[in-house]
Amino acid sequence: MRYMILIYADEAAMANAPAEATYQMSAAYGAYTEALKKSGAWLAGDRLRPSQATTSVRVAGGKTNVLDGPYADTKEQLAGFYMIEAADADAAIAWAARCPAASAGTVELRPIWELTEYLSEK
Amino acid sequence: MDSRSEIARAAAEAAARQSYGKLVAWLAARTRDVTGAEDALADAFAAALERWPRTGVPEKPEAWLLAVARRRRVDAVRRRLTSQAGREHLKLIAEEAEARMTDEDLPDERLRLMFACAHPAIESSVRSPLILQTVLGFDAATIASAFLVSPATMGQRLVRAKTRIRETGIPFRVPERAELGERLDAVLEAIYAAFAEGWSDPAGTETRRRNLATEGIWLGRLVASLLPEEPEALGLLSLMLFAEARRTARRDAAGDYVPLAEQDYTLWDRALVDEAEALLGHAATMGVIGRYQLEAAVQSAHAARRLTGRTDWVAIRELYDALLSIAGSPVVAINRAVAIAEAEGAVAGLAALYVLGDDKRLDDYQPYWAARAGLLARLGQVPHAIEAYDRAIGLERDPAVRRFLQGKRAVLRN
Repeated sequence: MRYMILIYADEAAMANAPAEATYQMSAAYGAYTEALKKSGAWLAGDRLRPSQATTSVRVAGGKTNVLDGPYADTKEQLAGFYMIEAADADAAIAWAARCPAASAGTVELRPIWELTEYLSEK
Repeated sequence: MDSRSEIARAAAEAAARQSYGKLVAWLAARTRDVTGAEDALADAFAAALERWPRTGVPEKPEAWLLAVARRRRVDAVRRRLTSQAGREHLKLIAEEAEARMTDEDLPDERLRLMFACAHPAIESSVRSPLILQTVLGFDAATIASAFLVSPATMGQRLVRAKTRIRETGIPFRVPERAELGERLDAVLEAIYAAFAEGWSDPAGTETRRRNLATEGIWLGRLVASLLPEEPEALGLLSLMLFAEARRTARRDAAGDYVPLAEQDYTLWDRALVDEAEALLGHAATMGVIGRYQLEAAVQSAHAARRLTGRTDWVAIRELYDALLSIAGSPVVAINRAVAIAEAEGAVAGLAALYVLGDDKRLDDYQPYWAARAGLLARLGQVPHAIEAYDRAIGLERDPAVRRFLQGKRAVLRN
């Protein structure tokens, strides 16, 4: 099964973190990504620019509304993601737990709704 | 219905649930789709529950269920009685399960099913109901009445949990050694919750709830037989059997509540006590202590009264000390305080209770107020004791226990 690991973090806290901590965190992510790739579980994954770089887009009445900022204001913001391949929830949970964000912020694990399943369930 | 046909009915029903659970587990373990597996077997299971009490249990009960499920397939498509998923499971039955059944027994996957139902990703309050439904085939209404929630709510929770098993990819697997302990705890906890719900109806007036205690023991036997090397699985079964052995002694002839220490031990079921002792002894040889073994050991210490004529409160207190250190909870702490009061006196017991004083969870916890009232009464602090009895009486839902507490309170008035 394919799963998304969605990483939520407090941007303000990250911005204010000492350089040493930031460096350590980056190194931890590097090692984690490498481990995912070596094991064959890695499908995709990247860090996102902070939410101040977000643009929300909505089309209403033929007019495109562009808003500066995220869809919802939250204490923790979506900061990055991984897409992984895992045999089952246990394997996926094990990977999510290893993600550095799991011990600093929150990670959310969601299964991909595969098109074939989507069609057969509907 | 006379008692002989009642026994035959119970035996047939147990056999039907046994075979049904094995088939649901086998199908679900292959597809992760519990709902589909249940759908495929629903008609056949209903037919078995209806027919076996009259005709007796067939020689190969699982084969019987499979054959009926398969026969229903044509009708089902026509009447659209079962879901798409159910039909796919019927296909599996026709192609694989029956082929397997001809020469060997179906492998028992019920333990795997239980581990899926008690997975950490499943909300803890629904694990026990989920096991009762999938492994034993109880309907949502029966489970709801036992757990004192509305059938609609229980139905929704069960449906949601089964969907979650499939969608999040929860595995049907007995966990690896390293995480088995923690995960087995969840399974044992779910079984104990089922037993405790049934146990809380001591008069056995509500058949559904009394049955739940029986089913809890049945599940406990199943797990203990499938994991005979796990001391805590044996410990839980031992604990439940000790408790079950005392069922009739918990009420006197007038239906009034009798506290454990005052029970007439000749009323305890000796065969069950002996079995519980043997299980506990066997578990102890494995050298890994745990919560259920300790709780069973407390029961064993109480049961020893039938041999020695007295209760060894010092030993019980030590067991609660150990329990507090590995599985501390307000419940354990209160029982420990009661044991201290018996071993060292009411003042020491009360001191142990007062240590808990600030825990908000105790505000509506009846055993705390009952224990406190009893100790205050022994120390002659009448107004405080009466106040505590009032709290305990107001929090009790069992009329017999309420009468017992009211009686104690009335004595203080004089």
